[in-house]
Amino acid sequence: MLSTPQTPPSFWFAPSLWPVTLWGQNPAETPANDLAMIWEDESRMAESRTYFETVEGAQVNIVRGGAGAPLLFLHGANGGGRWLPFMDKLAEKFDVIAPEHPGFGRSDTPEWLDAVKDLGHFYAAFMEKLGLRDVTLVGTSLGGWIAAETALRDPARIRSLTLVAAAGLRIKGTPKANIFLWPAEELTRNLFHDQSIAERILGMEQSVEERNIGLKNALATAKLGWSPRLYDPDLEKWIHRIKAPTQILWGRQDKIIPVDYADHFAQMIPGAKVRVFEECGHLPHVEKTNDYVSEIISFSEGVRP
Amino acid sequence: MKFFFIHLMPYADLDLDAPDKYNSSWVTLPNTYYDPKKGHALYNRYLDELEMADPLGFDGICVNEHHSNAYGLMPQPGVFAGMLARRTKNVKIAVLGRALPLLNNPITVAEEYAILDNVTGGRLIAGFVRGIGAEYYSWNSNPALSHDKFHEAHDLIVQAWTQPGPSTFEGKYYNFDYVNLWPRPYQDNPHPPIWIPSQGSTETIEWASHPSRRYTYLQTFSPLAALKKYMKQYKDTAADYGWEAGPENLGWATPIYVAETDEIAYREAKPHIENFYQKFLRMPLEMLLPPGYLSLKSMQGVMAAKAQMTGGAKDIDAVMEAGMFLCGSPKTVRDKLKHFQKEIGFGTVISMLQFATLPADLTKKNIELYAREVIAPLRAEEAATLGVAAE
Repeated sequence: MLSTPQTPPSFWFAPSLWPVTLWGQNPAETPANDLAMIWEDESRMAESRTYFETVEGAQVNIVRGGAGAPLLFLHGANGGGRWLPFMDKLAEKFDVIAPEHPGFGRSDTPEWLDAVKDLGHFYAAFMEKLGLRDVTLVGTSLGGWIAAETALRDPARIRSLTLVAAAGLRIKGTPKANIFLWPAEELTRNLFHDQSIAERILGMEQSVEERNIGLKNALATAKLGWSPRLYDPDLEKWIHRIKAPTQILWGRQDKIIPVDYADHFAQMIPGAKVRVFEECGHLPHVEKTNDYVSEIISFSEGVRP
Repeated sequence: MKFFFIHLMPYADLDLDAPDKYNSSWVTLPNTYYDPKKGHALYNRYLDELEMADPLGFDGICVNEHHSNAYGLMPQPGVFAGMLARRTKNVKIAVLGRALPLLNNPITVAEEYAILDNVTGGRLIAGFVRGIGAEYYSWNSNPALSHDKFHEAHDLIVQAWTQPGPSTFEGKYYNFDYVNLWPRPYQDNPHPPIWIPSQGSTETIEWASHPSRRYTYLQTFSPLAALKKYMKQYKDTAADYGWEAGPENLGWATPIYVAETDEIAYREAKPHIENFYQKFLRMPLEMLLPPGYLSLKSMQGVMAAKAQMTGGAKDIDAVMEAGMFLCGSPKTVRDKLKHFQKEIGFGTVISMLQFATLPADLTKKNIELYAREVIAPLRAEEAATLGVAAE
């Protein structure tokens, strides 16, 4: 029985969990004083649209842009809902579809949402509802776990699967970070190899809406991944049944899900190929945008039927 | 007013540099700082202190539940309640745990409480809590399920106590074909009293004050302003439900220190109450409030109010000013209790008479002075008032 100051964790005020994904440029190409432009100037980006679609009773927020075969991007624990620079590059080749997962951001939290495997079923239904075929499926971190669950449930619609720093499996003795317990600043620093990115993010302000969305995303992440921490023993039993050609992308210096997991995924999924980015943390789409984009494009084109 | 004595059983021999070094006295503070030989002495001293309450005429004693910490060494409160059940004769025994969402099988609590109630002949008060955020790390329980599991576990326990067995329970988290408690609780009209300690949340107040429950709501170790706010909220919510909440529905838990004079009390209590708030309660906010521990709505409210919040230094003056510590001569403490009781309307005071490093001699003096110079005169006054009213 005890009472303590009703002050929320700094974790939830952290700009890190939300705006990090707003900004996908390689810092070398992006001087700090360009940040405001990247946030606000969307004119130099390809046209994207934001709309809602209702699937399995859940209204989900989707950003979509580009033309070509569909690329379904599944975001990580930090959320989605924005058109990002790396998507802009992918949109030159693909119809990029980036939903916010049920439970996250501006999407509904449906009654049926209990576990990541529910989202696997959901995205199978989502592809069916949108009539997507020949899908290049890309998932990062928590989204990688969801992508693997999805690939198990509807192999027919998937051309290729790209798992980036994915959650979902467990190597005994190689724990993932406890992202819930890290203070905001530590979490932000630990996301990146290049600390100058962390510095710039730590200097940003969050709007009230962004903070509230950050809370909602943290809640959904806890619901899905608190225990067992960011994995599902059932996925381990069945991940070998993934039929889609699969590539695994990882940052060598990932402090959230250690790079050892890249080889583990590759061993579990028959024929999977691995690419590890040097000098890169948990978010290759931020730290190694160009390499990340070209790996996805060349892998997807290489397996085109 | 009813007077209860709660003990947290802190690890008073803690190296006080350790909470600073680890930024916590919870979850991650290495248990190498715990010396079982010192623990042996502390446990027995603390049990003696609780047992004093019975002959001194307290209405009840309270045990507490927290896990993996130096703040309170009572992770399994039923063990302490069991020891005290046979060493006391008159006091109520309130178990101000059990953190229901942490449990895989809430029937264990239904059984444990029923046993205590039988042995004591109905002296048990059954507490149900969610624990604090830190517990969800220590027990690896999902905080996002905390509210749902709490409600379901509660429903299961009350069913076990009130429905003739065997009965079935079909829930989301718990399922039983044969709910059939042996022993049934001693207090069976309809079940042992249920107390809900909380730090104040709209959801908890709405739930506890529901006409089907009317559970006693305890506001724990909070600033006076919060105490007022939440007690009023309970009464208002009850009124909206169509019933009137009385003093028996409201309790206040707070550290109290009484000495010969205000000045002596202040001097003797100062280092220990500061250790309590600064060292033993220390933890990072991420640990205190994991995602889901508060509802999204409550959490957004907390964030909106952030600008007004102070994380300021919790020295003795600050906590006395905020009403988070009652300290002074018997008259000062009596006057404050009377004043607050009149203003706020709680019927039970859960007095924490040992805190952090407060040593045995001062604790003993505090308990005795409080019983003789605060409780006894207040009771006499109350009886006189009632007598006048009756004439």
